[in-house]
Amino acid sequence: MLRSAFRVTYTKRVSSRLPIFSSPTLSLARRYLSQETRSKIQDAVSATPVVLFMKGTPDFPQCGFSRAAIQVLDLHGVPPEKMKTFNVLEDSELRQAIKEFSEWPTIPQLYVNGEFVGGCDILLSMHQSGELEDLLEKKGVIPPVAEESQAPGSPNTGTSSA
Amino acid sequence: MPVSLSDLEAAIRNAIPVAHLEIDDQSSGCGENYAVLIAFEGKSTLARHRFINEVLKAQIAQMHAFSQKTFTPKQYEAYLQKSS
Repeated sequence: MLRSAFRVTYTKRVSSRLPIFSSPTLSLARRYLSQETRSKIQDAVSATPVVLFMKGTPDFPQCGFSRAAIQVLDLHGVPPEKMKTFNVLEDSELRQAIKEFSEWPTIPQLYVNGEFVGGCDILLSMHQSGELEDLLEKKGVIPPVAEESQAPGSPNTGTSSA
Repeated sequence: MPVSLSDLEAAIRNAIPVAHLEIDDQSSGCGENYAVLIAFEGKSTLARHRFINEVLKAQIAQMHAFSQKTFTPKQYEAYLQKSS
């Protein structure tokens, strides 16, 4: 879907005869992310509460960092209808475009309510500090944990719910 | 293309005074996968990560994988205490 946007910028690059260090080259680089692509990504990150750009899919992650990101989100019980993932390995233009859009060099990338949160490292450290749970609760992605439901001394039966 | 560890260290130290810096070549000497741990003053977590991304922009573009852990000096002390 992004192919046509990129063909335009490639022909512009070939016809430039200016030396590489002059500013027109830099402005060409900025134009690699066309307005059309930018607004497509903007729509995508605002359409669903939790949006993850990853390598592979939630069931078959293709990279350790992406797998870690999916597992952390899973641990917090993000409901599937509130999350959407994009496999950048299936769309090489998206893979490049999202790095320019977020101004972030690596994949995975997490957005919550349209706002960039970070990559795998940030996600893991927020998970360990409790910040991730807070963020997901505050943004209404997961329900807050009711403190009073913890009865002291209640036995752990060890059976998990379906 | 491999990136040298000393390159990374020099780039970081030139950009900002660091309280603590660890660089780990996770590709067993191939210079392809790096993990850095940095403690420096100022900024929020995301701002610190973006800052390092910017400082190491050219090098990251040549690597296969890059991960970072950043702390303020105080957070780093707390992190050391927790893991000891």
